[in-house]
Amino acid sequence: MSSVSAWFNGLWTDITLWFDGFSDDFYTVFIKKDRYEQMLTGLENTLIITLGALLIGVVIGIVVAAIRSSYDKNKESLKQHGGIGCFILSFLNFICKIYLTVIRGTPVVVQLMIAYFLIFVSVKDGVPVGIFAFGINSGAYVAEIFRGGIMSVDNGQFEAGRSLGFNYVQTMWYIVIPQTFKAVLPTLCNEFIALLKETSVAGYVGVMELTKAGNSIAGVTYNYFLPLLTVAAVYLVIVMILSWLVSRLERRLRVSER
Amino acid sequence: MSDNNILIEVKNLCKYYNGDKIKALDGVDIDIRSGEVVVIIGPSGSGKSTFLRSLNLLELPTSGHIIFDGVDICDKKVNINLHRQKMGMVFQHFNLFPHKTVLDNMTIAPIKLLKTPKDKAVEEAMELLERVGLADRAENYPSQLSGGQKQRVAIVRALCMKPEVMLFDEPTSALDPEMVGEVLDVMKNLASEGMTMVVVTHEMGFAREVGSRVVFMDGGKIIEQGTPSDIFDNPQSPRLKEFLSKVL
Repeated sequence: MSSVSAWFNGLWTDITLWFDGFSDDFYTVFIKKDRYEQMLTGLENTLIITLGALLIGVVIGIVVAAIRSSYDKNKESLKQHGGIGCFILSFLNFICKIYLTVIRGTPVVVQLMIAYFLIFVSVKDGVPVGIFAFGINSGAYVAEIFRGGIMSVDNGQFEAGRSLGFNYVQTMWYIVIPQTFKAVLPTLCNEFIALLKETSVAGYVGVMELTKAGNSIAGVTYNYFLPLLTVAAVYLVIVMILSWLVSRLERRLRVSER
Repeated sequence: MSDNNILIEVKNLCKYYNGDKIKALDGVDIDIRSGEVVVIIGPSGSGKSTFLRSLNLLELPTSGHIIFDGVDICDKKVNINLHRQKMGMVFQHFNLFPHKTVLDNMTIAPIKLLKTPKDKAVEEAMELLERVGLADRAENYPSQLSGGQKQRVAIVRALCMKPEVMLFDEPTSALDPEMVGEVLDVMKNLASEGMTMVVVTHEMGFAREVGSRVVFMDGGKIIEQGTPSDIFDNPQSPRLKEFLSKVL
């Protein structure tokens, strides 16, 4: 009997020791010198860059997808009609293709550093540059996601709209685009998750975002365990909230499929 | 019949693909008069669907003229959207808008294009649904309907725009056999009310019974046309004879 209770006592001591150590670590990593504030600043910057880039990305994505799919859908009729409209659309389509090729063909870190060290040399704050670079980058992926969504809608839908007398833009607006949302949503959510996590490289241009904050605390306190796991947990929670929101939205959009 | 009855006048309509290697339409001339039911038959690849789809320029002709209501709609300056409002079209695969209810499918075009007040558009749509026996389906989504019901909705959706002519592109080809009848009945009623119709179909019974004129196309050309009894009982050209021997 006594040996069992001794074993339990020993275990208890171990546990309390570990907790003491943990609370010491916790104190050094988060409380001492108000280091948690660094984490909060990091989280704030990560969220600002992500949301800003998201906004820019969606706007660019819509514009580029609109140009690319209008070109594809109207190619034939434009060739026959010719004129300035054909030239402008072909030119815009060409520009968009170059944009997509360059942006998707190079790493986002490199783009970020080019933006910070070569283009916006005079801007000392990395956050707006980060928003810009990640926005431009995300726009390329969002554009292709939207274009894929538009292409996935059966051409008969487009023809039905046109046959009723809707013009090209009205047909897109009332009939094709509402149908793309459902198809596009999961992939778009993927892109947003990827974007959130990609902002972790903003530290390369001196932005104190979440990962950088964790890393710098770890560097100062020589404790990697707590800061890095905390950073990972924060990303995880944000992604989980985002996925939950999107799945709710999907359920609402699925009404017409009963 | 006098010439001022002519609703659509097609002159030398051609549609070439790949430069001029494939001739989907090779010089089609036809007049379609008000109140006529023109049924177009022919083997697959004969250009009948291409012809029908070029009547409202869903297919852009390479050359030729389509004069609808006195206006050459092949003219590049013409706003084709306004003319399409007066030409209803029914597709083989229905092409109902899956994200809208039956009622919204029918009212969106009158509300947005004709600026019909919503309650009036709904009232007119419900009347039409009543006539095809689908009033109880108004709030359903297309995915909840059978094929025959979908096609009947597609027909009344086109009618909501009060078109001057209705174009039917193989309206029963994608239907289960037992649903063909209900769609043909709607079309028969429409014809008896004096609607001008151009119908591409493989339903020879319908062509014979409802058609005021039957047009036989092959190789992008009109080979023979005439009353149903001319075409079916007394065919002249060898190609039509061969075609009829296969389908009848």
